Amino acid sequence: MNTLAVMLVVAPLLAGAVIAGASITPLGRRLADPLGVAVAVAVPAGAVVLIVTVGETTRVLWQGGWEPVHGQAIGVALVVDRPALLIVALVGLLTAAALTWSWHFLADTGASYVVLVLLFLGACDGFVLAGDVFDAFVWFELMGVTAYALTGMRVEEPRSVHGALSFGIVNTVGASLSLTGVALLYARTGELNLAAIGASLRTASADHLVLISCALLLTGVLVKMALVPFHFWTADAEAVAPTPVCVLLSGAMITVGAFAVARWWWVVFDGAVPETAIRHALLGFGAVTAVVGALMCATQRHLKRLLAYSTVAHSGVISCGIGLLSGSGLAAAGLYAVGHACSKGALFLVAGMLLNRFETLDEHELYGRGRRMHLAGAIFIVAGLSLAGLPPLGTWAGKSAYSGALADAHAEWLEVVLVLVSALTGGAVLRAGLRIFVGLGDVPDPGPDTHEEPEGDTPRRRDGFRVLAPPAVLLVLAAGLGLWPGVAAVAQRAGATMTDTGGYVDAVLHNAQVTAPEVTVEPLWQALSAGLGLLAVVLGIAFAVAGLWPSRRPRIVRAALGPVRIMVRRLHDVHRAHVGDYVSWVLVGFTVLGATLLHT
Amino acid sequence: MTRARASRLLLAVGGSGAAILMLLALGGLPRLGDVPHPYAERAVPAALSRHTANVISSVNFDQRAFDTMGEEFVLFAAAVAAVLLLRRFHDEEEDAHDLQYGPRDVWSAANLAGFALLAPTMMVGLYVVAHGAVSPGGGFQGGAVLATGLHLAYLAGDYVVLQRLRPVAVFDAAEAVGAAGFVLLGISALFVGDPFLTNWLPTGTLGALASAGMVELFNVAVGMEVASALVLLLAKFLEQALVVRGGGDA
Amino acid sequence: MHEVLGVLPYAVAAWILLVGCYGIATSRSFIHVVVCLSLVQSSTYLMLLMVGWSHHATAPVFADVKPGVPVVDPVVQALTLTDIVVGGAVTALLLALTIQLAKRQGSIDPDRIRSLEEELEE
Repeated sequence: MNTLAVMLVVAPLLAGAVIAGASITPLGRRLADPLGVAVAVAVPAGAVVLIVTVGETTRVLWQGGWEPVHGQAIGVALVVDRPALLIVALVGLLTAAALTWSWHFLADTGASYVVLVLLFLGACDGFVLAGDVFDAFVWFELMGVTAYALTGMRVEEPRSVHGALSFGIVNTVGASLSLTGVALLYARTGELNLAAIGASLRTASADHLVLISCALLLTGVLVKMALVPFHFWTADAEAVAPTPVCVLLSGAMITVGAFAVARWWWVVFDGAVPETAIRHALLGFGAVTAVVGALMCATQRHLKRLLAYSTVAHSGVISCGIGLLSGSGLAAAGLYAVGHACSKGALFLVAGMLLNRFETLDEHELYGRGRRMHLAGAIFIVAGLSLAGLPPLGTWAGKSAYSGALADAHAEWLEVVLVLVSALTGGAVLRAGLRIFVGLGDVPDPGPDTHEEPEGDTPRRRDGFRVLAPPAVLLVLAAGLGLWPGVAAVAQRAGATMTDTGGYVDAVLHNAQVTAPEVTVEPLWQALSAGLGLLAVVLGIAFAVAGLWPSRRPRIVRAALGPVRIMVRRLHDVHRAHVGDYVSWVLVGFTVLGATLLHT
Repeated sequence: MTRARASRLLLAVGGSGAAILMLLALGGLPRLGDVPHPYAERAVPAALSRHTANVISSVNFDQRAFDTMGEEFVLFAAAVAAVLLLRRFHDEEEDAHDLQYGPRDVWSAANLAGFALLAPTMMVGLYVVAHGAVSPGGGFQGGAVLATGLHLAYLAGDYVVLQRLRPVAVFDAAEAVGAAGFVLLGISALFVGDPFLTNWLPTGTLGALASAGMVELFNVAVGMEVASALVLLLAKFLEQALVVRGGGDA
Repeated sequence: MHEVLGVLPYAVAAWILLVGCYGIATSRSFIHVVVCLSLVQSSTYLMLLMVGWSHHATAPVFADVKPGVPVVDPVVQALTLTDIVVGGAVTALLLALTIQLAKRQGSIDPDRIRSLEEELEE
């Protein structure tokens, strides 16, 4: 059992090294795809086995056998509990979908592509399971290095290289800020184990050093989570990365980052840093991110960039869920993240099919050209509805859980943000889907040259089973989330486990048998949340229709859109920046975060 | 407001804000030398208990070997990525004649020094890797010496000599063996019933070359990984600088 | 005196961090950006090592000193070693991307390369 848990991290790494070594022979290169998919399927399967066997307990694995002496850590711990395993299962699943979709993909890259994807998977698993802040940093960097390389691997596309560079530079600055935070925390506490740092910090009230270390540590992760104003790299990277990599960046990296924020808050800072401080920070950053991301998403015509900004918006919503600082808020954020990752994964994969077939991702250029792609079109449009959270699909399960959590935290105003995000991001996807696959709407004016190189070696004329199955499976999972009656209980128990600071510390430092606290499970299906879900979809459809037939918009709508349009144009101007500005924005974001923590 | 001025303003706001926050944080730090080191006070006896004279090596390859595994894979990933990103394209060609340029026709003293230093440098590299547990040094430092030492061949001869000395495919494989080797050494502990990465070999006497148990073996795996990853990285960059012509619109 | 000198090394690390960020923000060449990024990363090495320093302590290697002699913190030194390797790997990767950017775009000046927002948003 303990071996299986370690293998969640080690198996992808070892498989990556084996594939890389074997790929100097032609036979080895042919092994890359099957072995990669096998490992990527084995990881979520192993995680599910562990979810069942570990149950509601917390297992701590001390690597190298260095168990703590008198409650003081020497080695590095992996902390295996339900919430972490659920995230590992999600990341593994997305990786499996991505690798299956890209079977025989880019033969001229040899096996390197598969190797890097597997290392990314191992890094995510290590990051999620790490019970040690520096160990988490190492996995964080491995996640980064593999992701930058994967983003820029289509080197024949200048934009791809440019996007990868921005991604790498901004994230490395973020990582350095995080590591500075680690150093400062070490100077204060002399510990690296998360539980030990937390226990030490809780013995005194937080001074400037602790608050600013908290801000530094979080900055690096918020960059990965793509919260405004740390988000500028996201659209650049996800617009140009190979499709399967987009699935991993938008589904896995955001979710893993959010998990780290929650885990670090409850284990390290809760009880030392005042709750209102972090609540204001996460809700503030989250709400701004949600609104900015939704507006930017709604006004894009490049499909992947549209999806990338929608990722930003949804990441904002997830941040708000953590910011509620309750088990029910975390449960909502977790459910929402899973619904988002699966719906978004399906959307990216279908967008990739369009790119490979028509060699463009421009929504206007693609007008009506997908009419014959019945299955792909259906997946895209249903995934759009799922992103908008049509009950019971996709993000709806999360939004329903939000309703309860928001009421508990007296933050009902966030419902407005949730509806707005769903309507705009879902509406934008529906607009694109109806335009491309059904051929609805005014004939759009084609832009300038929007040609892009296809990703596969030869443009695929017919999309086989291997290309259609992964988005379909992801969509089925997204849809099943709200229908499975046990999902609310699983999520809310996981949320309660995450907030059980004392349990975590006892399990890690004192080898205590800890089980998850009891929770009274709130069911998902309630009139309010179902109604709000429907409202968001209706608004989304209205937005899509208004976008499809600009010539037939009533005068009053045009008048109302005027000021919004000016605001959105300003927003676009701000996003028309270069990498130096991105880094300045990171510093500004760090300043705002630090000031928020100090102020309260 | 022009674009450039807006950029400067943004930087001024972010930079001064970050500077103020850093200063506030530094005020709360213990003064230099007064920092408490509870973890270090546990790490030193832990290293001695496994007869590892170099405590840093004990931390890297024994107490926190899991970190080092991750770090080794960061380097591995970077080398794989360099091979991937700097691959040649259909619009680029290899300019095979005219490779015999380089330091050879520059200055004979440099050739001589390169030639004379090649063998001793490689010996030093191996020594540093082998003594990682007992003296300052180890797989990382020794691997770096080995990889750069090999490039003295470029200084002594030219690119062709270097190419003959380091067949890229061999280092490709060696790199994967180094990375996989570290993991497999860690897995070996599972077979004797210990947790992953346990230092289960006999640890000898403090200060002897054959002390510290698995630390030595991990050092060798890392030395191999670091040396071959650096050779691969340098090979790819040299190839871009010297061999590949054309490509792109530039 | 101790008050000032006791904080100065940390302040130097913070200074290097911010100077590196300034360099990136104002840079006219991606190679320069990558060098400035190394600067940002190296600030963390300095910060870690300074945190580990102690008065009257020697290097944590018991090759020619007997166990029991006070030594500086070996943990941060190990972390720094790890960090240096990570930093080197990131630098190499970003330089490889810069080479390709120079080839494909014909420029490595961040100001002269059209931002992706502009390019995809016409």
